[in-house]
Amino acid sequence: MQTKDCLTIYGEQIKSRLLIGSALYPSPDIMTQSIVASGAEIVTVSLRRQQSAAAGDDFWQLIKNTGLKILPNTAGCHSVKEAITLAKMCREVFATDWIKLELIGDDYNLQPDPFALLEATKILIDDGFKVLPYCTDDLVLCQRLNELGCEVLMPWGAPIGTGKGLLNSYNLKTIRERLPDTTLIVDAGLGLPSHACQALEMGYDAVLLNSAIAGAGCPITMSRAFKAAVEAGRFAYKAKAMPEKDVAAPSTPTMGMPFWHQEK
Amino acid sequence: MNITINGNVLTIKSNKLISCLQNFGATPPYAVAINGEFIPQSQHSNYVLNEGDNIELLSPIQGG
Repeated sequence: MQTKDCLTIYGEQIKSRLLIGSALYPSPDIMTQSIVASGAEIVTVSLRRQQSAAAGDDFWQLIKNTGLKILPNTAGCHSVKEAITLAKMCREVFATDWIKLELIGDDYNLQPDPFALLEATKILIDDGFKVLPYCTDDLVLCQRLNELGCEVLMPWGAPIGTGKGLLNSYNLKTIRERLPDTTLIVDAGLGLPSHACQALEMGYDAVLLNSAIAGAGCPITMSRAFKAAVEAGRFAYKAKAMPEKDVAAPSTPTMGMPFWHQEK
Repeated sequence: MNITINGNVLTIKSNKLISCLQNFGATPPYAVAINGEFIPQSQHSNYVLNEGDNIELLSPIQGG
């Protein structure tokens, strides 16, 4: 059912424009409270080697109890084969064909490998996956991903975990201009609610973040701040901002101005 | 027969994957890959392991 001003992800209508990660919180309780406070309807998770069955099950139970939609990722994968295998394992465990496709090309800045990303995306889409690729803010890469069938693209704001915000707003704006009908989500690199607000103001459909909330002094409060920022940014985008000018223009009427102005 | 599961070398008597997972104490939910290939759950019961197989047993964890 079409709902007013919803985020659309592969045909599904999502009210919240904030997607939240489940990692790095000081405690499971703070994780749960932060996720709830964010108002997010989608939470990201991953798969790793089963070490302590009890600990892993506790985490998964907490996430299931939130009732949110699950977006599994392929974080840490460096090759197409690794990413494909992990995506298939995620599909079975989490019972979803959504996959946040992460394919790292460089360990210094965890930059996505655009070439491997295209190759893996094609294979996964052919296999029935709904791919949400984590990509750089390269317009042509985004166009190629879109042509392969990605209905959602997730260019980075800045490298994962840096909190630097939108490092190249020109690139992000250009992607928005050139792909007006594609769902665009800024993923990674945000540190402040104002960064999220800025992304929404420029017409991005949503933001996905984790470290900015989990790494805050008070994650629960920061979660509320991001929720408000995303809502503000979306309102601002819908309201259409005034045009920027180089010359000042008085806001108070000049007609009827007393004193010396009228004496000239 | 020696196999590796989650980086640990194990000596097993049965060559059945399902027996190996049970002996390892695998707890659902999990997914399995062998030698880098995903093995769907529907194939676990009949899957026969070979000497030196490398099993990855993965479960949900936090992710960003």
